Amino acid sequence: MLAWTIYLSFAGALVEALLPKGKPGLARWFALGVAVLALLHGAGGFVAGMGQGRQIIVDAPWVPSMGIHFLLAADGISRVLVLLTGLAAVAGILFSWNVEYRTNEFFAFYLALIGGVYGVFLSFDFFLLFVFYEIAIVPKYFLIAIWGSTRREYGAMKLALYSFVGSAMVLIGLLAAYSTSGSHSTSLIDLAHAGLPVSFQLWCFPLVFIGFAILAGMWPFHTWAPTGHVAAPTAASMLLAGVVMKLGAYGCLRVGIGLFPHGLDPWGFSFIGIGSWRDVFALLAVIGIVYGALVALAQTDFKFVIGYSSVSHMGFVLLGLMTLNQIGVTGAVLQMFSHGIIAGLLFAIVGRIVYDRTHTRQLAELETMHLGRRLPFAAWAFVIAGMASMGLPGFSGFVAELQVLIGAWIAKPWWTIAAGVGIVIGVAYTWRALQKAFFSDTLPTARTLEQEHDRAHSLAAITWPEITGVVMLVSVSLFVGLYPRILLDTIEPAVKALLAGGGQ
Amino acid sequence: MNYPGFYSDLFRATLPETALEIAALLVLIVDLGFLRTATLKTRVAVAALLGVAGCAAAAWAVAIAGPYTQGNDLLLAAGGSAGVAQVGILVLTALTLFLLIGSDFTRNAGEYVAVVLMAAAGGLLISAAQDLLVIFIGLELLSLGLYILTAFAKSSGKSAEAAMKYYLFGGMSAAFLLFGFSYLYGLSGSTSLPRVVYGTYMASAHGATPLLYLALVMIAAGLGFKVAAVPFHLWAPDTYEGAPAPAAAFIASVSKVASFALLISISSVALHFYSELHFQILRSYVAVTTSNGPAHIAPGIPTAWPTVLVVLSAGSMLLGNLAALAQSSVRRLLAYSAIAHAGYILLALAFFSYSPISTNAILYYILTYGLTTIGAFGVVSVVERATGSDRLDSFLGLHKRNPLLAAVLLVLFLSLAGIPPLVGFWAKFNLFAAVLSVSAGPVPFALVALAIAMSAVSLYYYLQVLKRAYVMPAIDETPIKAHPVTLIVLLAIAAAVVVLGCFPTLLQNWIASFYPVI
Repeated sequence: MLAWTIYLSFAGALVEALLPKGKPGLARWFALGVAVLALLHGAGGFVAGMGQGRQIIVDAPWVPSMGIHFLLAADGISRVLVLLTGLAAVAGILFSWNVEYRTNEFFAFYLALIGGVYGVFLSFDFFLLFVFYEIAIVPKYFLIAIWGSTRREYGAMKLALYSFVGSAMVLIGLLAAYSTSGSHSTSLIDLAHAGLPVSFQLWCFPLVFIGFAILAGMWPFHTWAPTGHVAAPTAASMLLAGVVMKLGAYGCLRVGIGLFPHGLDPWGFSFIGIGSWRDVFALLAVIGIVYGALVALAQTDFKFVIGYSSVSHMGFVLLGLMTLNQIGVTGAVLQMFSHGIIAGLLFAIVGRIVYDRTHTRQLAELETMHLGRRLPFAAWAFVIAGMASMGLPGFSGFVAELQVLIGAWIAKPWWTIAAGVGIVIGVAYTWRALQKAFFSDTLPTARTLEQEHDRAHSLAAITWPEITGVVMLVSVSLFVGLYPRILLDTIEPAVKALLAGGGQ
Repeated sequence: MNYPGFYSDLFRATLPETALEIAALLVLIVDLGFLRTATLKTRVAVAALLGVAGCAAAAWAVAIAGPYTQGNDLLLAAGGSAGVAQVGILVLTALTLFLLIGSDFTRNAGEYVAVVLMAAAGGLLISAAQDLLVIFIGLELLSLGLYILTAFAKSSGKSAEAAMKYYLFGGMSAAFLLFGFSYLYGLSGSTSLPRVVYGTYMASAHGATPLLYLALVMIAAGLGFKVAAVPFHLWAPDTYEGAPAPAAAFIASVSKVASFALLISISSVALHFYSELHFQILRSYVAVTTSNGPAHIAPGIPTAWPTVLVVLSAGSMLLGNLAALAQSSVRRLLAYSAIAHAGYILLALAFFSYSPISTNAILYYILTYGLTTIGAFGVVSVVERATGSDRLDSFLGLHKRNPLLAAVLLVLFLSLAGIPPLVGFWAKFNLFAAVLSVSAGPVPFALVALAIAMSAVSLYYYLQVLKRAYVMPAIDETPIKAHPVTLIVLLAIAAAVVVLGCFPTLLQNWIASFYPVI
């Protein structure tokens, strides 16, 4: 059932490219239909897989002479992330209902990207995972370069090159692991059992981990993220922050930690308190949390605030992974889900609901527009999304970040303290953006008054796809926040198995 | 001579070449004799179709040629990797002939096709050659054809200039090659490849290593020129830019396949004898030098040759990819990318194993690369005819001007960049896995890492073209028309790139079918 998410998306992309041009309505409804169908398959797979361990979905020899299999499987982590992908994909289409320029191609690239993402989450063969991982790069580039806004070609090329450099590192790691294990199989399960030497893991782990972490927005390799998010069209930035960054984090977990558990072992010496790759990456994660939050505090562009907040929130995911304990890693996976929903919502509000109406994202200009009164729906939505993003109890982000912090405390208390600072700054930047964009009392200057006069009638009413999308994402975040067991019961056994090593 | 029944078998071994030559003559007779008054269109179509028929006949001849793969005093091998390369050459030649149908750079269709077929015959010869003299004759036959093809657009100054440069470099490199061959002959007293390897091995054991190195560097210069490896690559950008598009496609694909097939047979002969000699000599040395522990094996071709290849490979990967970043002409860009791709393949030749893993990976790479590059030149030629230039900016708005052509370009360039699931990715993976399966030491590993890093660089320049085709606004939105035959060929190539990428075993099994079942 889960495998159909992949097939449907790619088939949808192909059909979308061949649909008659000049009928944007058809293209939209078709894309929505495909995404909803894929979501239903993903949700069905999630429900069917509750309480189950890892299940093999498809296992067909692909290149028998090299031991490469078309091996799709799902464990709890995969199921949760597939569910996230389905939700983010549907929401993204709802928020790109107003794409009129080259609509068919837009949705073709969009569905191809989604297909690649589903594929990564379901692949249990390193080679296959890599193939899907790379398939996702090209549609990203075109989505941003063609339909983007601010400095789109720069942002798109930067993102494509960062992704490709990251995947080149992963490819080197793949080839190295494959040849070191005796060139028999590229299955993640077989490679994990291959008994790769510790000395090999110690250098291959950071290579693969950084390769994936580039896409997860790990500081200092995060610089593609703000520019990419800002340049991207709304749906693409929702997907970038919502699921594509999760691809990186997922790779770090599934491949990095799953395949090279000894890569995290102590080096045997320590330098200013850092004695293993675990310390290194945890430090980078913490820096990312605080740095992302601080930079978000200083932004003048509304979308950059959200862009940097993503870097900060993804820091929690990476920190959670580095705790290497049950609760921390579980929190990291839940944070992937939670951030995917919340970041998607924030980008939708900023990019679609606000920017497409006001045509500016400068906080200084938004201040004078009194959007709180003129777009009450947007203001309400952003208040809720902002609260979720700050990690208020009742939303999914709270449960996730709490678990990460507890896990970090168990591992090394100072990590928790530093990350806690990040949360406090998170409240500050969200509050600042919220206040400036929606609830400012600043009187308009003469110039903006004139502009506003022009715009006064042009603030279009909120449309039904926007309402549907916001309601869907908010209710998911709330539901998970109030009843986290629904995801945790699925995530926990999978994390346990993965941390136990060997069979993953 | 080792052929069981000498003349009949020799005839059978050279049947493919004979078929091509007959087809070439037939084309000339038909074109110059019967179709003097026909329109150019008919003449081009008839000549190209006759050429394709010749290729088909030759491919059939390859299939029935008996397998002679190894042995002393063999002039031409048949079957095995030579057979794969030969069929590959014929298929690619046929494709470039199809591209001719849509182009109009020449009025002398018959001559063009005849020269293509003769050059292809040279390619067939060198991919099967097991003797220095046959190698040289085959190379000259191929090269002379290529010089003529480069100059074939007689009204274009660029074409003439490119041909002149190509010819001068080519003549020089042929001289180097011959010089190197003469040293090999002097060292070994034979022109047969296996005997040469054996002889040089013995000679270098007696202290003639410097001379052997000199010979190998000379030969590397000659063959490095053919595959456009740094530092013998200087002709490539100019030739790719100036030659008429079908000729450039021929040079970029067929000539590359043939040259790499030759490199494969040199490397595998060297290894074959190395693995046998290794034990014999080891035994005799141990008997003599008991005090020094394990015997020191004097370096013969097997160790000197990889060293030379590694240098060429690293240089080509670096310079090819970096120089391609700065190009504004798509043809020159393709030339530098060809240099880079040659670098990847040379890496696999440097770390070569006697088992067919390396051979198959190289053949897989070069055949699919040839296919992709023919398609790329096909697209460039169509755009060039419509816009009058091959600058990057002539591709602006291609997705509007001809969506199918743009889609083909997208598939082919992404494949060249090595994006899965296209065939270029699989070829690269296969190639690098082969290198690491031969030796997983730090040196091959570092080189593979370099190759992968460089292919990350390459995405940038391929995207530069695709960006213009898909992203940037068009200046001129008039549709570009492609000749239907060209379009069908291009679509077929793009489809093959996708299908072979998704099902890599198709081509692998086909290659494996050429080896005798053991």
